[in-house]
Amino acid sequence: MSYHNPPTPPRKSATFDDHTLAEIRRAAATGIYDIRGGGTKRKVPHFDDLLFLGASISRYPLEGYREKCETSVVLGTRFARKPIELKIPITIAGMSFGALSGNAKEALGRGATLAGTSTTTGDGGMTDEERGHSQVLVYQYLPSRYGMNPRDLRRADAIEIVVGQGAKPGGGGMLLGQKISDRVAEMRTLPKGIDQRSACRHPDWTGPDDLEIKILELREITDWEKPIYVKVGGARPYYDTALAVKAGADVVVLDGVQGGTAATQDVFIEHVGMPTLACIRPAVQALQDLGLHRKVQLIISGGIRSGADVAKALALGADAVSIGTAALVAIGDNDPKWEEEYRALGTTAGAYDDWHEGRDPAGITTQDPELAARLDPVVAGRRLANYLKVMTLEAQTIARACGKNRLHNLEPEDLCALTMEAAAMAKVPLAGTDWYPGKGGF
Amino acid sequence: MCGIVGLFLKDKSLTPQLGDLLSDMLITMTDRGPDSAGIAIYGTPRPGIAKITVQSARPGADFANLTAELSAAGLPATVTEKNTHAVIEIAADRRGDIRALLEKLRPSIRIMGAGESVEIFKEVGLPGDVVSRFGVRAMGGTHGIGHTRMATESAVTTLGAHPFSTGPDQCLVHNGSLSNHNNLRRKLVRSGMTFETDNDSEVAAAYLTAEMASGKDLGEALTGALDDLDGFFTFVVGTRTGFGVLRDPIACKPAVMAETDRYVAFGSEYRALVNLPDIEAARVWEPEPATVYFWDHEKAA
Amino acid sequence: MPVFDLSATPLRALNSALHGLEQGTNDTRFEVVNPRGHHAVAVGIDSPVSVEVHGSVGYYCAGMNDGATVTVHGSAGPGVAENMMSGTVIVEGDASQYAGATGRGGLLVIKGNAASRCGISMKGIDIVVHGSIGHMSAFMGQSGHLVVCGDAGEALGDSLYEAKLFVRGSVKSLGADCIEKPMKPKHLEKLARLLEKAGVTGVQPEEFRRYGSARKLYNFHIDNADAY
Repeated sequence: MSYHNPPTPPRKSATFDDHTLAEIRRAAATGIYDIRGGGTKRKVPHFDDLLFLGASISRYPLEGYREKCETSVVLGTRFARKPIELKIPITIAGMSFGALSGNAKEALGRGATLAGTSTTTGDGGMTDEERGHSQVLVYQYLPSRYGMNPRDLRRADAIEIVVGQGAKPGGGGMLLGQKISDRVAEMRTLPKGIDQRSACRHPDWTGPDDLEIKILELREITDWEKPIYVKVGGARPYYDTALAVKAGADVVVLDGVQGGTAATQDVFIEHVGMPTLACIRPAVQALQDLGLHRKVQLIISGGIRSGADVAKALALGADAVSIGTAALVAIGDNDPKWEEEYRALGTTAGAYDDWHEGRDPAGITTQDPELAARLDPVVAGRRLANYLKVMTLEAQTIARACGKNRLHNLEPEDLCALTMEAAAMAKVPLAGTDWYPGKGGF
Repeated sequence: MCGIVGLFLKDKSLTPQLGDLLSDMLITMTDRGPDSAGIAIYGTPRPGIAKITVQSARPGADFANLTAELSAAGLPATVTEKNTHAVIEIAADRRGDIRALLEKLRPSIRIMGAGESVEIFKEVGLPGDVVSRFGVRAMGGTHGIGHTRMATESAVTTLGAHPFSTGPDQCLVHNGSLSNHNNLRRKLVRSGMTFETDNDSEVAAAYLTAEMASGKDLGEALTGALDDLDGFFTFVVGTRTGFGVLRDPIACKPAVMAETDRYVAFGSEYRALVNLPDIEAARVWEPEPATVYFWDHEKAA
Repeated sequence: MPVFDLSATPLRALNSALHGLEQGTNDTRFEVVNPRGHHAVAVGIDSPVSVEVHGSVGYYCAGMNDGATVTVHGSAGPGVAENMMSGTVIVEGDASQYAGATGRGGLLVIKGNAASRCGISMKGIDIVVHGSIGHMSAFMGQSGHLVVCGDAGEALGDSLYEAKLFVRGSVKSLGADCIEKPMKPKHLEKLARLLEKAGVTGVQPEEFRRYGSARKLYNFHIDNADAY
């Protein structure tokens, strides 16, 4: 009897998987780290790992149409003479003209205005189109100060001092030369076609003690009218929130690791930052410890996709959320209708992230006039408004089911967690228990 | 993240005003650090006498009868109460005994600093309140340093306030944020140092103490700090006879110095210096990055 | 002529009086006394008035100035004339770090010395320093002119774009991508005009050296990775 030796099927390493191997070869061939747009693609604990409990006998739900569920929110009530009133607690995050086409910026402004919310400039200054089409416009104050001027500061509705963003807390930006068109170059005072390196720190202040003085200057320039937001990437949310508040912020914007960027190193996007889910409770705790929860408003961003995400963020203590990637998808980013062209770029709809190269088939992350013309800002604006309204209706549906006549009355106790990770990060009991990691008594 | 001030008097006639001048400087820095404040005052040493500044969360209970109990335990001392702090004066040759004795008699008392000339006072609260509860304005001295704190990552407590004592008559105040203090702390703990807080500045203080214990002088220890400490820092340090300033190589936290024939002053902002005598005529400059500055009464004399 | 005593009048009163002045107003000269290191003095002015500040100021004096002439008879704290659009800011004493940061236009004159990061991220402003400047000056300077009659500290012009730097004295070191460039007649002419406007006397344009961008970091190349 001969011994039969069964063949062992080929086995690939879990550590050196196909993506990793390809990345090593790419690095070896090109000698440059991978730069891309968007947010982290890795799976991190997120709102999907939380469920609402709803109402039954111990709690009573509200009826859909007759019994209202209020969604409005006022931002900047602490010091600003002219706080911002929004109909819905979902805002559009900062995305620059330069990273996005003029039509895309216009579409974001139109959509936000139709839905009764705000949009935000980005690292490149304010355009007239954007101001004109945005009822409420937040003007970002960034380390690069591209396009910064007192006139735009005064015609903005709020000022957002950007310390960092979730995709790259502690990092600056890199807009490669392809996207520095004549107009972008002029707005940024740069030669056309060169790489734009954005600084990681502000040029004229460092730390919260200096920030306090910077905020004073901006308030004096704008006669104390405008709400001042401070945006930070998810890093040390308790301390960062507390320090932004101590420095005098009206609103804190906290962007988790899923938050997107126009362009930065892939290693930064994938390996630096805290999941959005893990950022909220420490930030809320900081506000509560200072006696300022709901007085200094907290805006959460990074991976918000649906009304359920909105409701969960609010239940954990946020006052509003902000969307970037989802808004781009709503206006047409990565749409399968351009599949053939995505394939020509070596990618596929849903995976396209070479936003910095400026060849976006959807005409959104580009400065190419022909590509940009593909996006009709009126139609795209309508799509964004539709999407924002659906999210709001979804959030209201959930809130009513939990017996709330205001979205902001949602509480952490309305939630349960599906995983230990989510329970720990959200400080919400694991489903069916009254315990979460870190809480005593297990 | 904070405001720091320092004043080194060259002109002896200003000595009675030290507390008053430093108080004004400190209060001006309130915006930079509203959480807590502290001050170290270097008085003229008395031969043969050592001073220990202690602090208690329940000063009424802890300081009552302390003089008598120390004396009964064989250590004659005078105890001068100042709010939550007290200054204990003993014979210099008995300095080695006081720690153990206090630990036994008053376990809740914390030692803020010790030496021949330094007294250290620090508390949670606005600088103006802190200054008045300790009566700092009335204190005279040859030099002093002060700090107002906007806490970054460690707790707002009395012990977390600056200055941090770094050894006999040595203390440090810090503005900035160190980025490698956890590893450094572990290394120092392994070498036998103990810590009262999670504060990064305490690590800097302990580092300097350890370096000086190994035989370096303050200047050498500060030079070593440039290699061994990472992050952003401006330090002002006090010693029995002098004071020094060091900024990290990036040096983006603010620092202003002023010098006249009568004094050398440090402030996080120029504002802190405006009440000093003849400030308009002073040489005002910003200390260079990665450069150790030091003034010493004995070397000056 | 309105006089604001900042030891008695809040900063808000000064800045709000300086904002939104009607065209043709008679109040075109303002005086500020006892600034005592106050921050944000005379910020956001958008009309061609003149402001005389008697004493030393804190952070961001004349920030975002657009058209005014602000003179500080004393020293200025960090970020004097930051993001200036147009107009003139004169500091009779020294300036702290970040002088003229991100400035887009106008003229900043510092008669004493400027500390570190003078002209950081400058975007069109002209800065003339009668004395010396500190380290990391003109970092990421995009456009405009920085003229230094004294010496420059370490890492001058690091990551420089198209700002033009002129230094009469020594340069401790040049930053990444900053090199010395030949002085051409057009540079000498420009320099002469700036020196004159800034009230520098007894100094000739020929005594300066010119520094600018080597433009090697303009588009990423792996052989320059050490500079990143």
